Amino acid sequence: MPIQFSRRWRHIALGLAAAALAHGTQADDGTRAARVPLLPQYQQECAACHVAYPPGMLPAASWQRLIDNLPRHFGTDASLDAATVKNLSTWLAAHAGNGMRAREAPTEDRITRSAWFIREHDEVRAATWKLPAVKSAANCVACHTRADQGAFNEHDIRVPR
Amino acid sequence: MKTFPSLRCAAGALAVVLISVVPAARAVTPAEQLAGYVAQAGAPPAPARGQQLFTSTHGREWSCSSCHGAVPTQTGKHASTGKPIGALAPAFNAERFVDAAKAEKWFRRNCNDVIGRECSPAEKADMLAWLMTLKP
Repeated sequence: MPIQFSRRWRHIALGLAAAALAHGTQADDGTRAARVPLLPQYQQECAACHVAYPPGMLPAASWQRLIDNLPRHFGTDASLDAATVKNLSTWLAAHAGNGMRAREAPTEDRITRSAWFIREHDEVRAATWKLPAVKSAANCVACHTRADQGAFNEHDIRVPR
Repeated sequence: MKTFPSLRCAAGALAVVLISVVPAARAVTPAEQLAGYVAQAGAPPAPARGQQLFTSTHGREWSCSSCHGAVPTQTGKHASTGKPIGALAPAFNAERFVDAAKAEKWFRRNCNDVIGRECSPAEKADMLAWLMTLKP
């Protein structure tokens, strides 16, 4: 016989479960952005040239500008057909950052110019950024070994020497 | 009633065939892709000219080789992000030049980055013809 919860108790239980989940995500991935399973098309198109940046790392306004300017994407032509642009745009808008970290659009819509990004990386030595294995602050996977899976857990960090 | 399972099987088989055939209909071989560019260009390809185009800069920062390597038979590296790029020569990478839309997308983008305009069918034919001369 299933246990019958009153509607009120069910709400409270659901609320607690949601809070626990949200807390787990915050503690785990270090970005405080919910980890979203990556749309295969996003992975296929965007991760051809760089790591598939989690959509929660930028606010919707930044993603919109990036997607509208793919033919001039940080100095390269990353143009896509209209149908693909529409799909990616919808998905990015739905999963864009909306918490503390991605509230404001960073300079040039670069994740690496976000206040939270700079703060999180303030312990990284200047020489480390210049290593050939790192090359660019956009090269997450140089240190975040599971960045390509959208995982930025502190336990997965291996800083090259 | 007896015919139902077999009908279902047939429908299932048809669905599988359709699913596997429809994307495959757009698949091509590198040779077919080359033939398409040659037909558009209306002239036979010149592999040496393709190599020249591929390895030179054209008044901008990058050549094709900046990311793919001078002889693209092994993994290259994206010139700004550092991400590995699989070998481009089809004899070294079975995924190259087997999807016409994908090849067109990358020719469009990369010719724009390297030359500042799209490549002509003759230029694409020259480059692909050169890439196809590279053998293990």
